[in-house]
Amino acid sequence: MDLTLLLVVIITAIFLVVAALGLDWLLSPRSFNKQKGEPYECGIPTRGRSWMQFRVGYYLFAILFLIFDVEAMFMFPWAVIVREVGVAGLINILFFLLILVLGLAYAWKKGALEWK
Amino acid sequence: MFLNTYTDSIDFNAAREWIHTTLSGVMPAWGVTLTECVLVGLCLLLGYALIALALIYIERKVCAFFQCRLGPNRVGPYGTVQSVADMVKMLIKELIHINHVDQFLFNLAPFIVIISSVLAFGCLPFAKGLAVLDFNVGIFFLMAASSIGIVGILLAGWSSNNKYSMIGAMRSGAQMISYELSIGLSILTMVVLSGTMQLSEIVERQSEVWFLFSGHIPALIAFLIYLVAGTAETNRGPFDLPEADSELTAGYHTEYSGMHFGFFYLAEYLNLFIVAGIATTLFLGGWMPLHISGWEGFNAVMDFIPSIVWFLAKVGVVIFVIMWFKWTFPRLRIDQLLTLEWKYLLPLSLLNLLLMTLVVALGLYF
Repeated sequence: MDLTLLLVVIITAIFLVVAALGLDWLLSPRSFNKQKGEPYECGIPTRGRSWMQFRVGYYLFAILFLIFDVEAMFMFPWAVIVREVGVAGLINILFFLLILVLGLAYAWKKGALEWK
Repeated sequence: MFLNTYTDSIDFNAAREWIHTTLSGVMPAWGVTLTECVLVGLCLLLGYALIALALIYIERKVCAFFQCRLGPNRVGPYGTVQSVADMVKMLIKELIHINHVDQFLFNLAPFIVIISSVLAFGCLPFAKGLAVLDFNVGIFFLMAASSIGIVGILLAGWSSNNKYSMIGAMRSGAQMISYELSIGLSILTMVVLSGTMQLSEIVERQSEVWFLFSGHIPALIAFLIYLVAGTAETNRGPFDLPEADSELTAGYHTEYSGMHFGFFYLAEYLNLFIVAGIATTLFLGGWMPLHISGWEGFNAVMDFIPSIVWFLAKVGVVIFVIMWFKWTFPRLRIDQLLTLEWKYLLPLSLLNLLLMTLVVALGLYF
């Protein structure tokens, strides 16, 4: 593992953004207009706040995502050694998967996967 | 065996060692390291920019041909310099500051998006010995790095003080995290088959048969799931809800102007390349040439082609297929989108994972 290269890549990315923004700042014209700072809303004056309420459904999917993503993360080390452990590994992971599939089935039955 | 003796006609390992020894002759050790780091950074930047510009041009040309148009054809021969002209135009546009924007998050978002895509870009094994980051947990790191981009998109939409941006970001977040599950599980399926997470090692193990063919039906299913989920992950094709221009103007980057917008544009095309690159590495043998056992003459001809050409050609094919999706299917509704992922793709990829484990555990792969 070469962590120096990791640092180099991150610095390169930051450099790209800073350099391009700096270039833009140098080259671009600047003008002031009272209307310019208005958020875009089809050309009519903005009504109300933009940080408004949004559907609770998004939270539900985010929570479900968390469960299955962490599950996938736990299974990566197992996946690497499947060849060595063979059928025993398959049986072991079956229990782990079963619990998760039951969870998905429960969410499905409760209607958490419906977009209402 | 003959197939394992594949030697590249462009040897990047030798080139790297040549640079190292040449530099060591003229400067002290810390100077060598510093120069090499700068060189790596420059190459990365150049590759990143060139691939993005080329992809923007290809996208516009392919779109045009699908719609019986000509596409860009004025700037340069066949319009090849069009995307460079677009970049210059973006550079000379003002960075507009909107009232009541969350300044810190608004400016942070492009950084996060670009860092995530450059990190993922650096992980791809382009050719034999040509990969910036080659960790032993490579594919895992690649997934982690590319999923940081979602945070950038959510921040961009949230901080913009615009209702369209907000709705676009929420949709984008829901879509990208949902489809990431399928991507993760299909990658996991291929890790089960390959038995390693190091990207260069994954490619090496496909020197005889590509994983798409050696994994029987599970690998094929994983490839299809990956293609669908990958298209959704790049917010393209039938899954372009976050930027559905007829309802949401431009989605999460509505309020960004000039180069600020340019970063989202760049990262979007680079993500397309990265998704295609992962598909190539995992399923289509990476930079390995196509070999058919028994056809010695054919194999020798295939070996003659440099590995970087193989990689770029395979990525090109996958990108073309993803662009093809865009002009074939109508846009999905958000409930259809989430149903497709949670009720079809996710159970299917879990089942597919078990199937692949069975294949590997019983030793049925090639």
